[in-house]
Amino acid sequence: MRPPSPSIPEKEFLFSSLKQSLRLDGRLPLEQRTPQLTFGSDLGYVECGLGKTRVLAQVEARMVKPTPERPFEGIVTIHSEISPMASPEYETLGRASEEEVIITRMLDKVLRRSDVLDKESLCIIAGQRVWHLRLTIHCLADAGNMLDCACLAGIVALKHFRRPDVEVTGEEVTVHPASERAPIPLAMNHTPFCFTFAFFPDLETAPVLDPNQLEQRLSAGLMSVALNAQKELCVVQKFGGVPLAMDEILRLIDVAVERAKELNKLVEGRLQEDWKTRGRNVELI
Amino acid sequence: MASRIEILNDGGFRSDGRRQYELRDLAIDLSQQASADGAATITHGLTQVMVSVFGPREAKMRSQTMHDRANINVEVSVAAFSTGERRKRNRGDKRILELAATIKSTFEPVIQTSLYPRSQIDIFVQVLEQDGGLLQACINGTTLALANAGIPLIDFVCAVTGGVHLTAPMLDLTLIEENDVPHVSVAVLPKTGKVTLVTMETRLHVERFEEIFRLAGQAGKVIHAEFKRALRDRTTTLVGAMGAGPRISAEEEMEY
Repeated sequence: MRPPSPSIPEKEFLFSSLKQSLRLDGRLPLEQRTPQLTFGSDLGYVECGLGKTRVLAQVEARMVKPTPERPFEGIVTIHSEISPMASPEYETLGRASEEEVIITRMLDKVLRRSDVLDKESLCIIAGQRVWHLRLTIHCLADAGNMLDCACLAGIVALKHFRRPDVEVTGEEVTVHPASERAPIPLAMNHTPFCFTFAFFPDLETAPVLDPNQLEQRLSAGLMSVALNAQKELCVVQKFGGVPLAMDEILRLIDVAVERAKELNKLVEGRLQEDWKTRGRNVELI
Repeated sequence: MASRIEILNDGGFRSDGRRQYELRDLAIDLSQQASADGAATITHGLTQVMVSVFGPREAKMRSQTMHDRANINVEVSVAAFSTGERRKRNRGDKRILELAATIKSTFEPVIQTSLYPRSQIDIFVQVLEQDGGLLQACINGTTLALANAGIPLIDFVCAVTGGVHLTAPMLDLTLIEENDVPHVSVAVLPKTGKVTLVTMETRLHVERFEEIFRLAGQAGKVIHAEFKRALRDRTTTLVGAMGAGPRISAEEEMEY
C-alpha cells in the first residue's frame, strides 16, 4: 500500500522554509549529502549511503560464449532490484511503476550505454569466450534520491572490482586465482556521476540538489544530469515538470560540473584507502 | 557500417541532402480518426506518428480518478513494421514504458487538468515509421492531437532533436545520424521560451551541449509557426464546412 501523501502543514512548512533557502536537514540548496562508501571483503562489493538512502552494488564475472553479432565484445548486464524493502512506494507485483522504470533505464544509460566499460577488453578468445559482467544493484532503503545513490554505488563497484587474470595458449584458457596472479582492474573509459535536482511549483523557490524523500515527493519536477570530472555530459534528463528557462538549466549543469570534480576526488580517495588495507592482507597471506 | 556514411560533407551537406540547420519536411494531418475526440498524424521526414486523444471522460478504473484534476493516461505502441529490422516490441518493453512516462510527465503541467476533476484523458500514440527523432515526433503529435481535441493547454510544446558532428551542430537528425552522433532532444514552450524536456544519452562536452541546446530552442519556434498554420487551416476548413451546409435564408424563415 502506498503511504499517504504528506500533510498540508508539512507541505507548507517545507515550502516556506525552502523559500528562505533553508532545508530540513540543514543543507544549503545546492549541497549534497556526503556519500558513505563501505567496501565488502569481496572485490566489487560496495555499499553506498546518501543520508539514510542505502544501495548495495555487487559485480561478478563469468565466462560465457559471446553473441554471434558481437564476437569481440564482452557482455555487461545490470540487474536492479527495487523491492518494497526500500520504501512501501515500490510494489512487488504487477507492472513496474513509472519511477522504477525511470530508475532502471537511467542506470542502464549511465552505466552501460555511456561507454563506461571498454567491452572489447573483456574478450578472451574472439567468438569463443568472453567475460560476462553482472552488476546487481539492491536498493536497501529509500530516503530520497535513490537514483544518484544507485549510480554512485554501481560505478564505484565497477571501479573496485578486479577480474582474475587469464592466460590463453592456443585454444586453452587458464584462469589464475587471486593467490597466484594479481587480479586485473576493468578497463574503464570514464567515470560518470549522476546528480539530481528537484524543482518546486513556486518559481521563486530555488532548485535543490540531492533532494531528500519529502522534498522529492513534494517537488514539481526532477532533472538528472550524469557527467564525469572531464566536463563531459553523459545523460541529461528532464522529463516534464516545471518549465525552466534555458539559462537556469545551463547554470545547474555548471553546478553539476563542480560537484562531479569533488565527488571524483572523494571516490578516488576512498578507493585508495581501501586498497591500502587490502595490500597488507595480501602480504600476510 | 555507420562510419562509412559521411555525416556532413565538405560542401556542408548531410547524407540526405540537407544543410546543417535545415529541418526535415514536416507534414501535419489533423483529419478525424474514427471515434477519437482529437487526432493528429505528424510526419517528420520518414518518421511518422499517429496520435489519438479521447476525453476528458470518465475513468475506466475508479481508482485512477483524482478529486481535483484529470488523470492523464498515455499508451504508446510501436508497429512491428516501423523499423528496418522487423521486430515486435511488446507493451511491457522498458523503452516504450519510458517513452510513455516521458510523454505523460511532459504534458501533465501543460494541460490544464484542474478544469476536469474526476476525469481521464487518454492519449494513444501509434508509431508507424521510425527514422530518427521518435520522441520529438511523439511530443509534437500529442500537442497537435490535444489542441485538435479542444483540450485547454497553457502553451504548445514543440520538440526538436539536435546533434553535434565533430564540432558542427545539426538539427532534426535521421536514424543514420542519430546512431552516429551525440544527440539532444529539447521541448520548448514557445510563448515563454522555457524548456520542459531535455534528454541526452550520449557523451558530449558541456560547451558543445550548450550550443546545441540553444539552437534547438530556436528551432522549436519554427515548428511552432508550422503548428499554428496547420491548426488555423484545419479550423478554417471546419468553419467553412459549417457554413456550406443547406441553410434556410432569413426570408424563408420569416414565412414559416
